[in-house]
Amino acid sequence: MTAELGHYALVLALAVALVQGLVPLYGAHRGEAGWIALARPAAAVQCLLIVVAFGALTNAYVSSDFSVLNVASNSHSAKPLLYKITGVWGNHEGSLLLWVLILALFGGAVALFGGNLPAPFRARVLAVQALIAVGFLSFVLFTSNPFARLLPPPVDGRGLNPLLQDPGLAFHPPFLYLGYVGFSMAFSFAVAALIEGRVDAAWARWVRPWTLAAWCFLTVGIGLGSWWAYYELGWGGWWFWDPVENASFMPWLAGTALLHSSIVVEKRDSLKNWTVLLAILTFSLSLLGTFLVRSGVLTSVHAFATDPARGSFILAFLFVVVAGSLGLYALRAPAMRGGGLFAPVSREGALVFNNLLLSTACATVFLGTLYPLFLDALSGQKITVGPPYFHATFGPLMVPVLLATALGPMLPWKRGDLLGALQRLKFAVAATLAALFLTLVLAHDGPWLAIPALAIGVWMIAGALEEAAQRLRLFRVPVAESLRRLIRLPRAAWGATFAHAGVGAVVIGIVASSAWQEEKLVVMRPGEVLSVGGYEVTFDGAAEFQGPNYTGVRGAFRVSRDGRAVTALQPEARNYPNPPMATTEAAIRTGWDGDLYAVIGDPTGDGAWSTRLYHKPLVHWIWFGSLVMVLGGLISLSDRRHRVGAPARRTTADAVPAAAEGD
Amino acid sequence: MLRASLVALALILLAPSAWAVAVDKPLADPALEARARAIHKQLRCLVCQNQSIEDSNADLARDLRLLVRERIAAGDSDAAAIGYIVERYGDWVLLKPPVKGGTVMLWLAPLLFLALAVLLTVLWYRGRQAQPATAATATPLDDDEQARLRKLLDGDER
Repeated sequence: MTAELGHYALVLALAVALVQGLVPLYGAHRGEAGWIALARPAAAVQCLLIVVAFGALTNAYVSSDFSVLNVASNSHSAKPLLYKITGVWGNHEGSLLLWVLILALFGGAVALFGGNLPAPFRARVLAVQALIAVGFLSFVLFTSNPFARLLPPPVDGRGLNPLLQDPGLAFHPPFLYLGYVGFSMAFSFAVAALIEGRVDAAWARWVRPWTLAAWCFLTVGIGLGSWWAYYELGWGGWWFWDPVENASFMPWLAGTALLHSSIVVEKRDSLKNWTVLLAILTFSLSLLGTFLVRSGVLTSVHAFATDPARGSFILAFLFVVVAGSLGLYALRAPAMRGGGLFAPVSREGALVFNNLLLSTACATVFLGTLYPLFLDALSGQKITVGPPYFHATFGPLMVPVLLATALGPMLPWKRGDLLGALQRLKFAVAATLAALFLTLVLAHDGPWLAIPALAIGVWMIAGALEEAAQRLRLFRVPVAESLRRLIRLPRAAWGATFAHAGVGAVVIGIVASSAWQEEKLVVMRPGEVLSVGGYEVTFDGAAEFQGPNYTGVRGAFRVSRDGRAVTALQPEARNYPNPPMATTEAAIRTGWDGDLYAVIGDPTGDGAWSTRLYHKPLVHWIWFGSLVMVLGGLISLSDRRHRVGAPARRTTADAVPAAAEGD
Repeated sequence: MLRASLVALALILLAPSAWAVAVDKPLADPALEARARAIHKQLRCLVCQNQSIEDSNADLARDLRLLVRERIAAGDSDAAAIGYIVERYGDWVLLKPPVKGGTVMLWLAPLLFLALAVLLTVLWYRGRQAQPATAATATPLDDDEQARLRKLLDGDER
C-alpha cells in the first residue's frame, strides 16, 4: 500500500512540477502577480510530495517489503538497519529518487528562505528548478520506477554488495548528490538572470551561498569516496582517475572556478558573462556525471546500445538542458557588459588566472574521460586513459594555479604589484625555501620532482597564514586589537584562508605519501620481524574465523618502535557467500607521521603467509586537508552577507530607511 | 563429458579462492621484483575501471601479475615484457596510451586548450581596454532596487 502511495505522490509531484515550471515563468513575463506568487507554494508542495515518495520507499526497505521489486533485488532481511536505510540509494532507481528529493529540497529552501529575492526573479528561479525536476521525475517514472511490484514476492531479498556495506560508502552518494544537485541552484539563478537580461553584484551575492554549499557537499562526497577506496580496497590507493571519479571531479573543478569568478562579479561588476556561462557549465557537468554513471555507457559503449532507454533519455535531457541554456546565453549575453577595468596584475587578474587554468584542467579531465568512448564509437580502436595521462597533463596545469593561490589574496583590486606582494609574503617565502632545503637534505631518496611539489604545499599554507596575520595586524597592534579584528573582519576572507591552507595540506599529503611511501610485499613466517617506515613489525601468524555473515582469515601483527610496543594490527580477508564476494579489510594505524597499512594475503603452505605492509607518510593530510577546505567553505557561508534577510549589525541604517522592510 | 564439467565446476566452486584476494608471492630477487612491480603499475586490470593490475583484487589482474613476473624472471627486458602483454591484449592494457594514430589529439589537446584559453582571455581583455567602460547594464536598477542593493552591499563595508 505504501509503495502505491509513494508512486502516486511521485506522479502528483510531476504534475505540480509542470505547473511550477510553466505558470510562474509566463506570469513573470506578463507581470501577473498572482501567477508569479504561485511559484513558492508549488515548490513547497512538490518538495512535500517527493518527501512522501522517498519516505514510502524507505519504509519498504526498513520493513523488508520484498513485494517491491527494488527492495527484493537490493536488500536482505538480515541486513543491519543502517544498511537497510542506506540501501535505499544503493541502486539505480533509489539513487535517482534521492537525486530528485535533493533537487526538491533545494527548491523548497529557495521558496522558504528566498524572501529577499525580488518576486519575479524568484519565480523564474523556481520555474527553472521545476523544469529540471520535470525531466528527472519523468525519467524516474517512465524508465526507473522504484515502486514496481514483484508478484509473488520472494521469501528473502538478494542482498546488498558487501563492498557497499560500509559507513564510508553509505554516505558517499548523498553528499555527492547534494553537491551535484546544489549546482542546479547556480544554474537556475543563471538562467533566470539570462531571461531577465540582468546580472549584477546582488545576483552574485544571491548565487554565492548556494554554490558554496554545493561545493562543500561535493568536497565531502569526493573525500569520503577516496577515503573509502583507501581503507576498503586494500591496496592503499585512493584515487584512480577512473571515469566515475572524474565524473564527480569535473563539476568540482568548474564549481571551484565559479566560486572564484562570482567574487569578481560581486565586488567589481566584471566577468559577468563568463560567470553565468560557468554556472551553466558546472551544472551541465553534474548532469554529464549522472549520465555517465547511470547510463552504463562507461562499462561499455555496447552495454549502452543494448538497453538504450535510460541512457538515451538522460542523453536527450542533457542535450536539451545544455543546448537550451547555451542558446539562451548566446541570445542574451552579448547585451550584458561589465564595468570595472583592471590591470593584469591585480586581484581580478589573479582570479581570471585561476579560472583560466581551472577550466583548462577541467577540459583536460573531460577529454581524458570521454576520449576512449569517442574513439571506440568512431573507429573501434580501444584505448585506456589511465593515471599516467592525468599525471602528465593535469599535474603541470595545477602548478601555476596552486602557486598563485598564496599571491592572489595579497593583491589589491584594480592594480597590484607582484614584487610588493612577494615582499609582504617574506615569511612564507622563507618557509618555502626552508622546506625546499630540508627535503633536499633529509629526503632526497624519493623522486626529485617531489621536492618542489612538497614546497608548493608549504608555500600555500604559509602564504595563507601570513596573509591572515597581516589582516589581524598581528604583533603590530596590541593583542586585544588583533583579537577584535579576528571577530570583526569579514568571515568570507577567513574562509579563503582556511580553504587555501586546506588545499596546501592536501598537496603535501599527496606528494609525501606517493613519493616517500615504503612498501613491503613479503612472505612472512610467524615470529618474523620486518622493518617498515621506522617501525618493527612482528608477524604472529594468521587464523581462520567465522564472522556474522562471512568467513575470513585474520592476521596478527605486533608493531613496535625503538623496542617500545606501539600497537597491534589485525588485517582481515573476508569471504561473503551471498552475494559471493571476497573483500580485504586492511588494518591501518595512523600516527603523526603517517599511516602504517597492513594487508594479509594467501598462505604459501608451511605456515607462512604472503603479506603487504605499507608506510605512507602524511597520507592522512589528504583527508585532514579536505576537511579544512570544507571548514573554510562553512566559515565563508556563515558570513553575515550570505545570511539572507539577516539585519546588518552596524550598517548606516539611516541611509536606507525605506529598504529595511524588505519585500 | 558431463562428469568432466562437473569436476570443473566443483574445482571452481571449491577452489580456495577465498583467500585469493590480497597478496601474491613476490619474486625471490628484489631487483627483479621491483622491475615487475613497476611494470604492474603501467598495466590495466582488464575487468576494472582504470585500476592498474598492481591495485586490483580481480583474479585476472592476479594472473597478469604472475605473467609479468614470469617474463621478468625468464630474462625479458621491461619493454619486452610489456610488449608481450600488449601483443595479447592490445594497446587497451596500457594505462598510458601510446602516442600514435587516434591518440595524437588526446596528447595535444591539453596544450591546445591552454593556448585557446590564453588567447581568448587576452582578446577579451584587449577588447575591454579598447572601449570605454560603460556602467550601463541592459536594464538599469530602479530606485527601490538601488536601495536594496546598497543594503546588501553594506554588509561588509565598515
